[in-house]
Amino acid sequence: MGAIHDIEKAFLRTDLPALRPGDVVLVKVRIKEGEKERLQPFEGTVIKMHGTGVKGTFTVRKVSYGVGVERIFPLHSPSIESIKVMSQSVVRRAKLYYLKNLKGKAARLKVKR
Amino acid sequence: MIEAILAKKIGMTHIYSETGAQIPVTVATTASSYVVQRKSKEKDGYEALQIGILAKKESRVNKAMKGHFKKAGTPCLYRLAEVKGTELDNHKPGTEIKCSEIFQVGEHVDVTGTSKGKGFQGSMKRHNFGGGRATHGSMHNRAPGSIGSSSDPSRVYKGMRMAGHMGDDTVTVQNLKIVAIRPEENIILIGGGTPGAVGSVMMIKKSVKK
Repeated sequence: MGAIHDIEKAFLRTDLPALRPGDVVLVKVRIKEGEKERLQPFEGTVIKMHGTGVKGTFTVRKVSYGVGVERIFPLHSPSIESIKVMSQSVVRRAKLYYLKNLKGKAARLKVKR
Repeated sequence: MIEAILAKKIGMTHIYSETGAQIPVTVATTASSYVVQRKSKEKDGYEALQIGILAKKESRVNKAMKGHFKKAGTPCLYRLAEVKGTELDNHKPGTEIKCSEIFQVGEHVDVTGTSKGKGFQGSMKRHNFGGGRATHGSMHNRAPGSIGSSSDPSRVYKGMRMAGHMGDDTVTVQNLKIVAIRPEENIILIGGGTPGAVGSVMMIKKSVKK
């Protein structure tokens, strides 16, 4: 366990904010298209935090043109340029899967003040 | 230079490449791995090097093996193996084997280990049989089905795939890439999975095909 921990330590990122389920985040991902590199923004609600250390991931859900889109990001991936927490919500669950069954006004979360 | 080393599997994780790609790696250590004996053409009829890994308590070793390890000047070792190579005289018995001296980053290797034992398994898990229908009153769910013809040949052919013991076999995975080596800790990172459980001993060989 100790050796694996040491290897992973070099890849952990400390420059990103701590996330919680219910946070509305703006994730900017580096995308390589041929030779060019550009930033792709993805804004939505964190509905799931999974795993710890370098293996950790988080799932962001947004509704785009009426279609639910979910994307899983590795927490410590170098291709994540930045994560900005836009707002936080009052949630009582660790996994917000119930949002998948709701739409429109019902799918809103109470904003934390 | 020897062509293979013994290593203990520590576990798996993943690391990121410079381009940001995620690389799954198996972490293995070659700590406490020693050259034990030189087998020579004159004495043994062939050229090889006996190597061993993982120290064990002296009280758990019988007298004959204790003498063998004493002669080499190594601690009592848990697992021994013979490996081939060139210029074997450069490896003196009793010296520790460093993975960084034998393998380079980017090199391809074959890894041999003992796969995890699965116990007695049915034909669906063991041989990827399709099984029968699950619903609509089917009573043929996980059974293998027919295992042969009738009165001619009046027997089941040898080698018919059936239920039985699965796993705990010697398995080799070829053409794995060495992703990183940490010389000070004697740790080697191999891209992808390797056969065997965490804590098991595996043999890392120079690749046959690449």
